[in-house]
Amino acid sequence: MNEVANPEHGHDHPKHELSHYAKRIYAIRDLLIEKGVITEKDIQCQIEYQEARSPANGAQLVARAWVDPEFKARLIADPKSACAELGIDASAINEFVVLENTEQLRHMVVCTLCSCYPRPILGRPPDWYKSFNYRQRAVVDPRGVMREFGLNPGDDVEVRVHDSTADIRYLVLPLRPKGTENWSEADLAKLVTRDSLIGVMDPLDAISE
Amino acid sequence: MGRAVNSPSKFKPGDRVTVKFEDRPGHLRTPWYIRGKSGWIERVYGQFRNPESLAFGRDGLPKKTLYLVAFNQSDVWGRTSEPKDKVLVDIYEHWLESSVGEGTSS
Repeated sequence: MNEVANPEHGHDHPKHELSHYAKRIYAIRDLLIEKGVITEKDIQCQIEYQEARSPANGAQLVARAWVDPEFKARLIADPKSACAELGIDASAINEFVVLENTEQLRHMVVCTLCSCYPRPILGRPPDWYKSFNYRQRAVVDPRGVMREFGLNPGDDVEVRVHDSTADIRYLVLPLRPKGTENWSEADLAKLVTRDSLIGVMDPLDAISE
Repeated sequence: MGRAVNSPSKFKPGDRVTVKFEDRPGHLRTPWYIRGKSGWIERVYGQFRNPESLAFGRDGLPKKTLYLVAFNQSDVWGRTSEPKDKVLVDIYEHWLESSVGEGTSS
């Protein structure tokens, strides 16, 4: 188990020095393959599946909700079936809750215990989402964190931080940017950033051409 | 999967609750900062397998009711610049006790 690079079992391992945990992961992977529990192809398929999921799914949901009030109502009442309507597979999420921002209410999501994140809708979480810094400060000083992202909710706005500690995954439904009244759904989706779906930023501004 | 559980939930939205201040070895999904704090039930999410059992390869049964519990930031941290701000945490029923008058619902 000490020798990580082993040319005899069909694939290359990274040549640089590996951390303890990386060595352990490769060792477990090799054992699982050797014992026939999973195949190389299973692992590759899983990596491709993980990489295929991206914030574009969340952006699509939000843009549709902005242009279609009935879809928005369904998205809030039953997010998983609303996902299915758009062909987004949210079945991996146990329970999915959409948090609607208003002029008076702003939501922000964190997992202080680890890095729970709605991966089928948003893909892999950003590194900062998993950092101790964000996880500690998001609950203690949410407005301070928002300010660092460029947001400054007024005194009349209530800030609600959701600590995603259990089976529920949260998606923020941000407010539609002003000046986008005649925009198409596809153009609106381009304004919806990953960070606006976590609640630490607004969607991009409408920039007139 | 598993047996159907329809045990009624102990709390309903608006009920005042206090999070138990407990510590023990294991996979506890109740964050430290919220233990011993008081708030109110915002939403009843339903029955879920118990992660304290699932984490050790067991079946997670019986299922536990999971709640969305709301806390005033000022009740959790003892100070806040914005009194209306809240922190909301997903907490399983066995971590909650009924409390009266603590934690003010808006």
